[in-house]
This record gives sequence, C-alpha cells and structure tokens, in this order.
Amino acid sequence: MDGVRSHIMVCGGTGCISAGAEDIIDALKAELDKVEYDQEVNVIRTGCFGFCGQGPVVKIHPDNVFYVKVKKEDAAEIVNEHIVKGRPVSRLLYTDPESNKKLDKHHQMSFYQKQYRIALRNCGLINPDDVYEYIAFRGYEALATVLQEQTPLQVIEVIKKAGLRGRGGGGFPTGLKWELTLKSPGAEKYIICNADEGDPGAFMDRSILEGDPHSVIEAMAIGAYATGSNKGIVYIRAEYPLAIKRLQTAIGQARELGFLGKDIFNSGFCFDIEVKLGAGAFVCGEETALIQSVEGSRGEPVRKPPFPSESGYLGKPTTVNNVETFANIPPIILKGADWFSGIGTENSKGTKVFALAGNVKNVGLVEVPMGTTLREIIFDIGGGIVGNKGFKAVQTGGPSGGVITSADLDTPIDYESLKNIGSMMGSGGMIVMDDETCMVNIAKFYLGFTQDESCGKCTPCRIGTKRMYEILDNITKGKGTEEDLAHLEELAPMIKDAALCGLGQTAPNPVLSTLEYFRNEYEDHVLHKYCTAGECKALAKYSIDPEKCIGCTLCAKACPVHCIQGAVKQIHVIDPAKCISCGVCARACKFDAVIKP
Amino acid sequence: MPIKSLDELIKIRESAMKKVNLRESGEDAEPMIELMVGMATCGIAAGARATLTALLDEIEAQSLENIRVVQVGCLGYCHSEPIVQVNMPGEEPMIYGNVDEKRAREIIQKHIIEKKFLDSAILNKTYNKA
Repeated sequence: MDGVRSHIMVCGGTGCISAGAEDIIDALKAELDKVEYDQEVNVIRTGCFGFCGQGPVVKIHPDNVFYVKVKKEDAAEIVNEHIVKGRPVSRLLYTDPESNKKLDKHHQMSFYQKQYRIALRNCGLINPDDVYEYIAFRGYEALATVLQEQTPLQVIEVIKKAGLRGRGGGGFPTGLKWELTLKSPGAEKYIICNADEGDPGAFMDRSILEGDPHSVIEAMAIGAYATGSNKGIVYIRAEYPLAIKRLQTAIGQARELGFLGKDIFNSGFCFDIEVKLGAGAFVCGEETALIQSVEGSRGEPVRKPPFPSESGYLGKPTTVNNVETFANIPPIILKGADWFSGIGTENSKGTKVFALAGNVKNVGLVEVPMGTTLREIIFDIGGGIVGNKGFKAVQTGGPSGGVITSADLDTPIDYESLKNIGSMMGSGGMIVMDDETCMVNIAKFYLGFTQDESCGKCTPCRIGTKRMYEILDNITKGKGTEEDLAHLEELAPMIKDAALCGLGQTAPNPVLSTLEYFRNEYEDHVLHKYCTAGECKALAKYSIDPEKCIGCTLCAKACPVHCIQGAVKQIHVIDPAKCISCGVCARACKFDAVIKP
Repeated sequence: MPIKSLDELIKIRESAMKKVNLRESGEDAEPMIELMVGMATCGIAAGARATLTALLDEIEAQSLENIRVVQVGCLGYCHSEPIVQVNMPGEEPMIYGNVDEKRAREIIQKHIIEKKFLDSAILNKTYNKA
C-alpha cells in the first residue's frame, strides 16, 4: 500500500522544539508503528506556525484539524482516536477566549483570521528539509521564469513597481537598491542576506530561515541575477543553530538540483551562496558593520557614502537585503507587481511580519497587510493583555524605536505612520506592555542594551549612551533630580546628531518617546520618589491598611528585616525607612491588608 | 540531477504535488468533493481500512483533484459497514453501505467520474440531524 492518506504536521520552529516538539514527533512515529499505520500516515516536521504561545502545535491533514499545547503523552490519543477512528481529540483543540468554544480549524481562530501570509507562506505548510515540497508549492519557478524570460532591468522594474521596501527596518525601496548595484561599474559584485537579527524579542527572520530556507535562496539568486552578481553570502548569527543547519541543508539540495552553481537553467548565469556566521553583535545588523565582519575585520560601521551598492564587500558593489525582504521576492515575480502593490497602504506595500511578545496573550509570529492597526494586531490577533490587565504601551522598532500609547492604537501601521508617532517599523519586534510596567525601567532596559552593544568606535554612542543609562539607573533608584530629566533631553539630540551609524543615532529614541508620553512617570520617580507601576524596587514602599489588619502577626513574623511593629490583635505598622520592599508581607497576609506600592 | 528548464521544473513539481496535495484542504476557495469513511470500531472491524486505502489508491490512479478522503466516526449504519458517504459540492450527500475494496473503486469510477449512482448500494438516510 503506497497511498499516504494523512499528514501530521508538527511545528519544528525553535519555540516548539524547546517545548518538546522533537519528543512528540518520536512518540507519534512510535504510536503509528504500533498500530501499523506508519506507511499510510506521514509525520512531518515543519517551520513555525506562528502561534508560539500555544505551542507545541500539531496540525493534521486532510482533516485540517489544529491541535495546541500538545505533549508527548498525547501522541497515543491522537493516533488511536484521531488517526485510527477519525475522532478529533477535543481537549487538545484551541479554546476561543471570547466564546469559550473549541475551535478545530486554524482559520476560525482570530489569531489567523486577520493575517495574510506572503513571507511566511510556506512556514508550517512544508517540510523545510525537503526541496521537493518547496517545488510543489511553486518553488524555484520564479527563478526559472526570470532566467529564461527576463533581463536584469526587467526584474528590477517589477520589484520597483511592486513597491517592496526593505523589511529590516529602514524601508529603503528594494528595487532601487538593486538598480544602484546593477549600475555601479565593475564585473565583480556581491549580494548579501542580512540574517543578523538582533532586536530583543524579534524572531521573524529566524522563523523564515527555519521554516522556508529555499525561498531565501531562490530570492538571492534572483537578486544576484538582477544586480549582476555571482556570489551570495548569508550573514547569520551563530546563536541560530537550527536556522543555520536547515539553510545549509537547503543550499546543498539547491546545488544538487542545479538551482545554485554553474549555468543555472541553461541561462549561462552562475551563482553560489556561502554562509558566514556572526558572533552575535547587534551592530553587525548595520550593513557597513556587517560587511566589515564578513571581511574578517571588527564589526564596526564605516562612514557612508560610499554606499555598499558602490563599494561594499572587498570594495566591490554589494547589495544587502534582509531575510524577510528576500522571502517576498518569489511571490512578487510569480503573481506580478500589481498583485503585490494592491496590498498595503499608499507608500508601504505588501505585508509585514511582526514578532508579538511581552504581556500579550497570543505570543507569536504574525504577518499582516500594511495598514492594519495596532489594535487589530494586539487585541484581535494577539488576544489582548495577559491576565486581563490594562494596556499601557507597545514598543516597536526595538531599541531604535519608541513606545506607542493607547491614543495611537488605531493608527494604520506603515513605515511613515509609525515614524510620525515617534516610533519606527524596525525589523518587526512588537513588545506589548501592561499597566504594571514602569516606563522608566523600559527605557533603562533598552539603553542598557544599546550601551552593551555599542561598538565603541564613536564617542557620542560609546559615552553618550553610558551617561544616559547612568541617569536612568539613578532615577529608578530614587536618586534622580529634575536636572536629570533636563540632562536626558539635552544628551539625546546630541547623540542622535553626532553618532556614526544607525545604532547610536536611534539609541536615545526609547528615552525620548517615554519622556514624551509618560513624563508624569519620570516626574513621580524624581519628585515624589514613587513608581506608579511598583516595578522599581528601590522606590516601592509597602504599608498596612488599618481597616483590614486584624493583628494576626503573620506579616511581622515573615518580614526578613523585622520592620513591622505590632502585637497580637493590634494594628501593625511598617517602618518605611527599614522596609526593603521585598513583598514577603503582602504574600503572607491572608486579609489583603498589605497595600502594595 | 540538475534541473535545466522551466518545463522540467514544472514536471517535477507535478509529481511533487501529489505528495502534498492533501495539505491544500481548507486553504483554497474551490469546493472539494469529500469522501467520508466511517471508521469507528464497527467500521474498522468490517474492513473500512481496506476501503479507505482502495479509495486513496483509485484517486491517485485516476489523478483526481479537488477531492479528499476523511475518516469519520460511526454513522449509525453498523449493519451495513463499511460505510462511505459522498459529499459532492451543492448536492445532497449520498451514503453507500457494504463498501468493500471493489465497491470503493466503483464509487470513484461511477459516482465521481461518470456521475452515476450505484443504485444497489445506496442506504436510505434514517434520521434527521439537529
């Protein structure tokens, strides 16, 4: 019997693997063996489904049933009930948080309803280690079409007309970038894929490389043909071992089938790709620093111009594009520029992948058309705030971006609109914060990050971010003054104007935007030594509600510094001078009498 | 072996698609023919697995598209297992009983391809659903 009647797709993204997906695959195979169904049911490891908060995710075809939070112990039930008897295991289905109903089809879930997947089109659908599955979904057809039917200029024209802009953050028009490289003089040119994804909380590039590596290889070959290059380099951080492995497997398969190498599709065009591992420095995502690092030098940015399209890798014209940008290329070639430019807003076409993280219910990877509002992403797709707390802000653009408050939740997202409200698109990290988040602390976190990641070449970035961090640290410790706020506002534009590269030029953004939207919180910290969110431990002071306290002495016994006075059946009092704000008393109290700061 | 032209690639794609066709379910807008095979204990005991594999085999042999085979629980006609229900888009579902391998292939050939019913195997629907 050779007819396979069912495919069990198990998510093989890093999130689900760390939650035990490999064990589930083994367990499913073992159970199928037991009932002798191993020949007619395939277990397939796919790329990221995006619904990481509900992982590990398992989807069964052709029934199209979607299981969430699967454990290896569930394998027997899935096989014996679903595969053998055709009865979906309802306890593993996703429960819609609003209606409380079990949903078995993924397109019924609000998480997927508003999404439109172009870059992630194959993630969760194909086995990334099998090139034939990529081919089955029109893989390498775009490359073949381009090589057989179009000139480089025609390809560039299509990409320009589609309106694709760089997905790494800057939003530079991709077609124009290619054209600049093509028109630069010289026979030796390079194309580089920037897979040095470094924003805290961003994982879209990793997921694409893990789930659909061939789409990036195909797009690089198309880009190389369009720009007149014969050599490609994928610069990927060494912290992404799974993505590296799958990419290398895919490159090997592409070479075997002649999609890489000499005389591709009998066109005379030669192209091959090399993988370079980066040591994980944030600044190496900046294209000039990246090129320095590929060349073997220290990853430090150099002055632009000359731009890499004129003088890049080894001084030759070089195109640097981000992973997600590349993943958009094959569908544009196959479906046409008009199809792509029909999606999105006036100046931002297509879709954008966001890594939804922080205090949001449905943590995961989402791809939405440009022009979708933040409210739709956070509340419809993301399911709202964890623990039904209030929404305070969302940070986009990572350490280069800023916070967006509820006042701007209905802004349709594109490159320009985000800039107008003081943030930026960035690579697509989206960190959601609830009302118990201290904004001074958030600014401090990002400054700590940029300060760590500053390469140290230019003074404004090296010393400026350090000083800003110190000021913020003082404020969170209750040592801040009003002057400090003025200093922050004075330092920020200086660093922005004088820093050499994007890292320094954008590093003050989180401080500026939190100062703009949450100045009252800064003032509370500085003037009243008070942290509204209660996050800054040094400022937090506990007290006891005399109405509720019955004098049980539990809190006084629990206090590690003995700062609570009071005898049995008497109202207890906390000495704020001695209190270290550990919160033990609040946990000890059974009458809810300890007031949290 | 290197693939050297778009035509060659498309040929390889066609054979590769057979492997992943069943994943297209629910993703596309085109209505699909659905064959439901009753695979509760009664169905399995009566040989529904052989029926199911025969259906799949015949679909592949005839290179049919837009058709999927799903297994379902007990349909309530345990006396005539194995049961196959044919759902053609826009038509009343048709239920066939005692579907062995031979009859399964007949369903594909007659009902699906020639659009003729297998009169002798039709079961009357004996209940209404809520």
